[in-house]
Amino acid sequence: MKRKRVLNILIAVLILVLTLAFLEKLLMPKYMTEILEGALISEYYKEEYKEHDVIFIGDCEVYENFSPVKLWEEYGIRSFIRGSAQQLIWQSYYLLEETLKYEKPGVVVFNVLSMKYGKPQKEAYNRMALDGMPLSLSKLKSIKASMLPDEEFITYIFPILRYHSRWDELSREDIEYVFRKRKITHNGYLMRVDVKPLDTVPRAKILPNYRFDDICYEYLDKMVNLCKKNNIELVLIKAPTLYPHWYDEWDEKIKEYARENNLLYYNFLDYIDEIGIDFSTDTYDAGLHLNLSGAEKLSVYFGKILKENFNLTDYRNDDEVRKIWERKKVFYYSMKEDQYKELETYGYLKSYNIRREESEMN
Amino acid sequence: MLFTSYNFIAFLLILFIVYYSIPKKYQWVLLLAANFVFYSFSGWDNVVFITVTIISTYISSTKISNLYSGQASFLKENKGMLSREERKAYKDSIKRKQKLLLIICLLFNLGILAVLKYTNFVIYNINNVMGMFTNVELPFLNLLLPMGISFYTFQSMGYIMDVYRGKYPAEKNIGKFALFVSFFPQLIQGPISRFDDLSKTLFKEHDLDFKNISFGIQRILWGFFKKLVIADRILTAVNTITGDPDNYQGIFVFIGMIFYAIQLYADFTGGIDITIGIAQVLGIKVQENFIRPYFSKSIKEYWRRWHISMGTWFRDYVFYSVSVSQFMMNISKKSRRKLGEKIGKRVPVYLSTITVWFATGIWHGSSWNFIVWGLLNGLIIIVSQECEPFYAWFHKKFNIGHTFLFRLFQVARTFLLMCSLRILDCYRNVGISFRMFCSMFTNWNFSQVFSGKMLEIGLKKSDYYVLLAGVIILIWVSLIQRKGSVREKLSLKSEFVHYAVYIILIVAIITFGAYGIGYDSNQFIYNQF
Repeated sequence: MKRKRVLNILIAVLILVLTLAFLEKLLMPKYMTEILEGALISEYYKEEYKEHDVIFIGDCEVYENFSPVKLWEEYGIRSFIRGSAQQLIWQSYYLLEETLKYEKPGVVVFNVLSMKYGKPQKEAYNRMALDGMPLSLSKLKSIKASMLPDEEFITYIFPILRYHSRWDELSREDIEYVFRKRKITHNGYLMRVDVKPLDTVPRAKILPNYRFDDICYEYLDKMVNLCKKNNIELVLIKAPTLYPHWYDEWDEKIKEYARENNLLYYNFLDYIDEIGIDFSTDTYDAGLHLNLSGAEKLSVYFGKILKENFNLTDYRNDDEVRKIWERKKVFYYSMKEDQYKELETYGYLKSYNIRREESEMN
Repeated sequence: MLFTSYNFIAFLLILFIVYYSIPKKYQWVLLLAANFVFYSFSGWDNVVFITVTIISTYISSTKISNLYSGQASFLKENKGMLSREERKAYKDSIKRKQKLLLIICLLFNLGILAVLKYTNFVIYNINNVMGMFTNVELPFLNLLLPMGISFYTFQSMGYIMDVYRGKYPAEKNIGKFALFVSFFPQLIQGPISRFDDLSKTLFKEHDLDFKNISFGIQRILWGFFKKLVIADRILTAVNTITGDPDNYQGIFVFIGMIFYAIQLYADFTGGIDITIGIAQVLGIKVQENFIRPYFSKSIKEYWRRWHISMGTWFRDYVFYSVSVSQFMMNISKKSRRKLGEKIGKRVPVYLSTITVWFATGIWHGSSWNFIVWGLLNGLIIIVSQECEPFYAWFHKKFNIGHTFLFRLFQVARTFLLMCSLRILDCYRNVGISFRMFCSMFTNWNFSQVFSGKMLEIGLKKSDYYVLLAGVIILIWVSLIQRKGSVREKLSLKSEFVHYAVYIILIVAIITFGAYGIGYDSNQFIYNQF
């Protein structure tokens, strides 16, 4: 009798857990249209081939501005971008820490824009950076570092506690992608082929001071140490986007830090002409992010730097690796073609439902 | 630590596991420690206040009790040696000492409550009066109101009065007494327990009992359902309507008052369900505080079924004390002499009633709206009592007293009357409350209900569906309850049904509960009392 009761309880608990797990899947945002940025982080874990020479980490300045497929085509470099919208430096650090559990890249490229944020900014960005990570110690530490005062830790462990109220806004997208999401990035690169030329760059605000927060340095130090410990070359970059404004004072501080720590630092804003970026054709949001054309130009330029500075193998002659990357290329070019077709037909990227205010995501 | 916080749920889980893992003789000690852990979450300053109440009440009640036992042994030792007058004189002297101890303890503890809760109300009124003559204003004080102070003060004062009246001897173990005063599930919003009732199970050693645990968990889940799915969802609409009296008048006052009735019921009874459920999981029996009050056919009956522990507390410790006081005796004599036996004998009863309702009003909050609310309740009860012979005649004459429709009318009338009185609670301002009440009859804007304005009060269509379903379930459960415990009935069903109920409740609470970011985190309404 007692055994039967225990068994019944266990079955009931199992049914409850399965029901809640299903509801969680159903209620969590899928990020398959409109705000695609929320789907970036989780794509890495579905990647079968987790062997990369270069890992990019950072915010939109990496996932919108570098094309791993181009790096492969031009230099045979295998790369992946672990970026998310307004990824904060501690999120980048913990994401890197976690990535290193899966693989050991030769080079890690970190975009330094997030040094300007010493505090968590917005729950939505936290969610995009954290919800896609599987449960791990790194994730727990990242949650703890990222939470805003009105957020609850447990809601990151059981996201249904955060998204429970979405039941009345479920759409076809939620049903369609409840168990399986479609792939939307190219090794973390979010493709956009549309063009919105640069008109005017907003004037930079004068700041009360140009110090980076101590916490940012703390995590940058951690990142440096983590890379050293794992024999990884860390490269600091600042993507060539015109705003949010990157102040000269900030640039000096990063240069000084790079010098002190013997790191490569490239502020691509200083190389715009050399790269060949033309903000009348190479940006989809008037200078905030690069489009495919700009990203490919930047990738070609940066790939050369990587090749010259680090001993990166060209894998294009490796049949096994080439096969994998050929598949990626097919997906890359078919999406490129699709996007151009849509632009021609509708004047905007219809199936990507991208008509929103681009400045929301940075 | 709010009942609906994740911290509290974690706290409960740990407590339940440890409680049944340690030797049973230490269970009450663990509970005492848990009380202080729970209480310390609201700030260590608060712990000081409750500790002062515990110590002062313990010392006074022990002394009162010792005087009783001293008196008993003295009288036993001197049996037959004392004349009747000497015995009476001795007893009177003991009673005087006990009374002195009682009064000191009452004044001290009720004084703390009064100072913390009512000082600013007094200053507000002084400023209003002074404002008529000068521009000088007394500054308000920044006083801390410890969590649940009204509840634990009333509970401990009830205890000492019982000891004084010789109902039971004082508890000798200060730890156990502290546990009684600070028992955490009821610390926030009651019920106000009696020592002789709660101590029967509070200090006992408890075995792990499947029935207690399953019944307790069911009750907790039901409480969470009421609180999170109904009360906290409707809260936004209530706040929107009552927060903007210029914009929401007429029919919206009516809607607001009905919504508030639903919110208050779901919130308060939900909290009590959680309290009783937690206690039951621990093997402790806490008294019921509600018996389907919205099914009452009169205000008097309503108050016998709503917040029962508070009503009986005021009846036992205020009403009886006031009505048998020397002052009231004198009034009784005078009124009988001047107004005749029939009317005169009612005067002290009604004066005591008014006193009780004044106290009930001010207990609910230190503002005039609560005082007026309390007094109006008392007034309606007195008027209904006076009209009872007429009602009886009317019912007999037209033979309608026992028809279903008439009973339904009585229930609806009582419900609407209580809702109307609660407008004072909604708007927290006597003037606005009366203006809003009148607007229900003068501002005919019924058409606005269908013009989309109902979707501007913080509720979407989907919220209305959830609320409708929630309220239907609430009424349905209440109807079943009339024929006995729902959980007992459920226990007779197959295990499949039990577990289905658990799963449905948990899923409903998690999915349809109004909690987390996007919802106002809302304390239980009765926390503030």
